[in-house]
Amino acid sequence: MNQRTSERIIEVSLFLAALLAIVIVLLILLFLIKEGAPVLIKFGLRDFVLGMNWNPIAIVGEPSYGIFPMVVGSIYIAIGALILSIPFGVASAVFLIEIAPGWAQSVIRRGIELLVGIPSVVLGFVGLVLLVPLIRHTFGGCGFSILAGSIILAIMALPHIITISADAIANVPTSTREASLALGATRWQTIRHVILPSARSGIVAAVILGMGNSIGETMAVLMVTGNTPILPEPIYNVLDPVRTMTSNIVIEMNYAAPGDHQQALFATGIVLFLMVAILNAISHTIIRSKRVSTR
Amino acid sequence: MKTIIPRNTIDKMATVMLWASAASAMLLLSYIIGYILLNGMWVVNLSFLLESPRLSGAEGGIFPAIVGTLALVAVAIITAVPVGIGAAIYLTSYAPDNALTRTINFGVECLAGIPSVVIGLFGYAFLVIYLGFGFSILAGGLSLMFMILPWTVRTSEEAIKTVPMELSEGSLALGATKWQTIRRVVIPSAIPGITTGVILGIGKAIGETAVIMYTAGSSLLLPHSIFDPVRTLPYHLYILASEGISGKMAYGTAVVLLGMVLAINLLAVAIQRRYESKEVK
Repeated sequence: MNQRTSERIIEVSLFLAALLAIVIVLLILLFLIKEGAPVLIKFGLRDFVLGMNWNPIAIVGEPSYGIFPMVVGSIYIAIGALILSIPFGVASAVFLIEIAPGWAQSVIRRGIELLVGIPSVVLGFVGLVLLVPLIRHTFGGCGFSILAGSIILAIMALPHIITISADAIANVPTSTREASLALGATRWQTIRHVILPSARSGIVAAVILGMGNSIGETMAVLMVTGNTPILPEPIYNVLDPVRTMTSNIVIEMNYAAPGDHQQALFATGIVLFLMVAILNAISHTIIRSKRVSTR
Repeated sequence: MKTIIPRNTIDKMATVMLWASAASAMLLLSYIIGYILLNGMWVVNLSFLLESPRLSGAEGGIFPAIVGTLALVAVAIITAVPVGIGAAIYLTSYAPDNALTRTINFGVECLAGIPSVVIGLFGYAFLVIYLGFGFSILAGGLSLMFMILPWTVRTSEEAIKTVPMELSEGSLALGATKWQTIRRVVIPSAIPGITTGVILGIGKAIGETAVIMYTAGSSLLLPHSIFDPVRTLPYHLYILASEGISGKMAYGTAVVLLGMVLAINLLAVAIQRRYESKEVK
């Protein structure tokens, strides 16, 4: 075999390796649709996504598959997590880039790496043994709640929000910073009126990405939210338990019989997949357009 | 009457607030890790690590779950690393700037963004049922591979991109072919970065739960081949905690899991440090 052919063979096999990612994504889509579409067609996409009643094993009457309470639950918990983690995360990012002395920077960076590394099931466990009893004793109720889920998810989202916001803040040109300081602005005035506005789109991208990650998170949420497939009552009651789409899949795959019930779980997966994909796409578009415009 | 606070005072207050927010984030982190370690440390001993569980895990140890975790991660890494590095080499050194390349990059991004529970569903439908692997190390390991592949591709790409152009140009100028250059010049210089990426990938894979729940099964027996089902540490922790089997055993399992992940993190940091200090010389 001459050298040129072997070079060619290597290039083709490397190409095939690169192609595998797309093949896997397509297979995932194919199998989600193959398993989930029948139930969507049978009951109608609208009734599935907007239906209020999830009752897959009906003892009396027909089973019904409506995942609206879980769509609301997923979004509710993710937004709660962002409300808690954004102020903290952005403040920590500002601190990291603008204020922290060298030693504090390396402590924070190391801390972020550690926090990313903690498995979500361990965080869920901490939530279960620490947070749920704390909420039960402080606010009443059963403790398993939207609030507990949001707090645990906020802890998980924090390192990502800090990292991406810090990148955005670090990308603000030094000349902009110096101009503001030279005009007599204090450091805080510079941060608030100059740096944060210039870093805004990067921070927004971080927030949207955090939203997508939070909606897709499973184990930590599953262990602390109580998992009842109904809307909170009244709707603003953050101490009520709630079930997310991810929890719905994990809990019921255990006993779902093949057929409508199992297919409804795959259909839940389709809805989840679409929501997360849209949020990720928005976030990547913002990050990319920012990168191009700063060049 | 409106009181005006001097702006220097505001600046000082803001600085204190920013210090406080960063400090409380770090305190929270130490509290979480400290709480688990303090509660679970005394459960972990040699017999806890090397015995099989009894009474669904209420007594005994966690040996099969440790074996199960390592087996799944091994399958995932052995499959993801060659493919991931290959893809990274293609994307950095061969790929023309065309629609297909952009599609491949988009595919990697997509795969990275898919929620783990959805990959678990796919693993169940495709590997467990359609290909007939059943609940097994093979099905669980490959599902984990789908999860960490994008990470492997991206970190390897980053590592390859940091290799200076002059090195490969020098090699090409000496008459080496493209592949010879990549194999003997580019890859050896990128190896520390690639290794760090792979090790961090192992850390991610160890803690994954939703992906393997319905692909690897939940057997507490020791596996004999890659077609046997296993239970991993995170799944064992989940079952112990959520079914209220044993708080004590749950803490112990959490310590072992956390210890493994932290050790791997430190290893990655150590490799990175050593490489960086060499770079300076």
